[in-house]
Amino acid sequence: MNRTSRIGRRALLRVAAGAPALALLRGAPAHAAAAIERVSSPGGIQAWLIVDRSLPLLSLEFNFRGGAATLPAGKEGLAPMTASLLTEGAGDLDTQAFNAIKEDRSISLGFGGGVDAMTGSLRTLTRHRDEAVRLAALALNQPRFDAAAIERARARMTAAVQRGANDPQTLASRLWFRTAFPDHPYGRRVNGSVESLAGLTRDDIAAFHRARFARDNLVIGAVGDIDAAGLGALLDRIFGGLPARAAPNDVPAATMAGTGQTLVLQRPLPQTYVLFGEPGLLRADPDFYVATVMNHILGGGGFSARLMLEVRERRGLTYGVSSGLAAYDRSGLILGSFSSDNARAAEALAIVRAEWRRMANDGVTAEELADAKSNINGSFPLGLDSTARLAGTLASIQYQDLGIDYIERRPSYIDAVTRADIQRVARRLLDADRLLVVAVGQAAGLAGTPVQDAG
Amino acid sequence: MISTFVRAVAVVLLLAAGQTPAAARVFDPETFTLANGMQVVVVTNRRAPIVTHMVWYRAGAGDEVQGRSGIAHFLEHLMFKGTEEVGPGEFSRIVARNGGRDNAFTSHDYTGYFQNVARDRLEAVMRLESDRMANLSLREDEVLSERDVILEERRQVIDSRPPARLREQLFAALFLNHPYGRPIIGWLHEMRTLTRQDAIDWYRRWYAPNNAVLIVAGDISAAELRPLAERTYGAIPARPVPARARPQEPPPQTARRVELRDERVQQPNFSRLWLAPSYRSPGGEHAYALEVLADILGGGQTARLPRALVEERNLAVNAGAFYDPDALDQTTFGISASPRPGVDIAALEAAVDEELARVVADGVSPGEVARAIQRMQDSAVFGRDSLQTGARVFGQVLTTGGTIEDVEQWPERIAAVTAEQVNAAARAVLRPEASVTGLLLPRVRR
Repeated sequence: MNRTSRIGRRALLRVAAGAPALALLRGAPAHAAAAIERVSSPGGIQAWLIVDRSLPLLSLEFNFRGGAATLPAGKEGLAPMTASLLTEGAGDLDTQAFNAIKEDRSISLGFGGGVDAMTGSLRTLTRHRDEAVRLAALALNQPRFDAAAIERARARMTAAVQRGANDPQTLASRLWFRTAFPDHPYGRRVNGSVESLAGLTRDDIAAFHRARFARDNLVIGAVGDIDAAGLGALLDRIFGGLPARAAPNDVPAATMAGTGQTLVLQRPLPQTYVLFGEPGLLRADPDFYVATVMNHILGGGGFSARLMLEVRERRGLTYGVSSGLAAYDRSGLILGSFSSDNARAAEALAIVRAEWRRMANDGVTAEELADAKSNINGSFPLGLDSTARLAGTLASIQYQDLGIDYIERRPSYIDAVTRADIQRVARRLLDADRLLVVAVGQAAGLAGTPVQDAG
Repeated sequence: MISTFVRAVAVVLLLAAGQTPAAARVFDPETFTLANGMQVVVVTNRRAPIVTHMVWYRAGAGDEVQGRSGIAHFLEHLMFKGTEEVGPGEFSRIVARNGGRDNAFTSHDYTGYFQNVARDRLEAVMRLESDRMANLSLREDEVLSERDVILEERRQVIDSRPPARLREQLFAALFLNHPYGRPIIGWLHEMRTLTRQDAIDWYRRWYAPNNAVLIVAGDISAAELRPLAERTYGAIPARPVPARARPQEPPPQTARRVELRDERVQQPNFSRLWLAPSYRSPGGEHAYALEVLADILGGGQTARLPRALVEERNLAVNAGAFYDPDALDQTTFGISASPRPGVDIAALEAAVDEELARVVADGVSPGEVARAIQRMQDSAVFGRDSLQTGARVFGQVLTTGGTIEDVEQWPERIAAVTAEQVNAAARAVLRPEASVTGLLLPRVRR
């Protein structure tokens, strides 16, 4: 490995503010798809399983519906804090004892708190599976939430918030979502603010844990060295003791506000970071696959996408520009971003808008459509080279209710997309004048409303 | 700073993850060499009908001539600008049309290119990659436009980020003479002057089949790959390639300190780097022990630094250690910690110093060493869970002077490390005069 870091040619898309897993869903190899089993444990816990004996390990990925968006204003940061505290001591094991077992047995066990869902993952060697299951069960059912662990989590998250306080991407994301969803939890900060973190109590944490980790809002994907009977027993040990029902996940539908605005946050930076977006589609929308192909051609398809071609390859205005569909549970968005020299950011934004209009007005060529389909379907299995990724996909498919045959059927959904479909959906979705644009930096000649802080 | 070090630790673990318990084969690769001297490594994995195809060149930023920093990385970008047969930008478009994903990367010691594709598209990407090994064609306007892209890349990944700016200064301060002290992406004022001729000179100097390694991992065997490799890369004649002779470091004389104050910093960070031997540099007998030491100091929440600084003394929100043994020349050992909000960075530094002094004076225990070895060996199986890991490990090792045996014997060599060896390595490396300390601090506006 190199001395410091490797630097690559492609800037990875930084997805704004906790985009949902499904925006990144990839397919599985056909032969793996054929082998998905539905497992129902003796205690009634459901999971999907792919048996893979090639290595002596097991990966489990699971989601609980309902995340930070179920919380009232003022409790920002509670979801990720609760998630991180599950592995900071449980049952009769304090933080050090819990982590000593986890690390000595090479067990990966972690939880996350997102805007729509709480997530968890477990990965273990077969020979340490029993201990791994014990730790996972303790973490989910008997977390201690010791005062010292809470203070450590509060300090860590406060430090992270401060680290992001002057990061252009973090600032832009905060300002964008606050403007787009002023009266909805989607406009709040999942990871909290210094003030909100200071106010979180042990009671908040314990109540949120009881509310969100239950059996009726749970989906599970499992891949690895285990059979259905073995998995069933394991599921009951880990999840069987959870409450039957979660608290309601009654987050209202979110309608995006702020369309057509351009907000400029002046910061002394060598570049301007620009985040732009407008309403997109929910995952269940029948046009979602059409939008997926459209976006691939517009800005989702890496170096072959129009935005990359026009803004980077032709003009050298940026290191990376991209767009993506962000399908949150209660709102769909199409979002994009780039960084560009202060002197040239306005030009780059003008080109993005021009590409937005070109797609809305003229759609795509037959060649672009064919290339996009072959790339989307051809790259289908590439992302699934590990048991953890495959297990995560199984959980996502269940979360989005796409059907156990989804992996086999997805290529046909993509193949069915026509140029006329894309033209129709582009007209429906893409309106360059409706974009909410947030620019952070010192862009010259980028007309917009000045704002003082990101909120 | 911290995120950088966390990433660096992840890299070390990734490498560790490529290994299996002692006595087992690790990746069990096949290897052969083409008539033109190009080395080929195949790591068969039949889980899915996909392959990772990589070409690694034994040339990186550490091989640059002084004054032309950034040319290795610039050429990496320009390799996508076409050949006589393939137009500018067409390379990635063809890969995409074939359902693949492609990218490239540059370090101080190597430059690599890869495509992930379905097994039945492998020959198509091999034709493309071998074509640009021999037939790169650069137009002046394409070169100038891409130079703007790397300048934007530098502004985005370094100049806009105070932790990255500090790290650049730290390495520049640590390496007095060796090119590892120069940023891979290059110094801005030199990047601006890079020309098409610089790129062509670099390409002609280093991009030869006898200076490259082909690595294919996935649904293929050496017997299946060999005819494809002979038809594509095998047709390119070998050329003389210069020796990789870099200026080496003089013996270090004094500890250095670098402070970066920036009004955009709200979360301070403490870090320290030491010059350390790599597997292949003088002093390399300490390398395996240093890997164990890095794990004992920072390889998890129960490791020494996080336990002492984060949990017991409430001084830090995180703490870690890293070591990177896969380098052609002398490398670095490092630690990093971020103070809890309200904690003075001097108090954190004093506590770090105490922990390090304890390691040097009292040593680590055989129990700690045994636990670290077990964890490093366990992580092996996880590394084999991904198609990319084996390919990357062989690429790194084979372009930094190592051999396939070095990879395959890693578990046994790690298992043989004793507490005495760890302690000897700690005493040899954790010397103040071989270190640079970095402080990232807020600047208060008056």
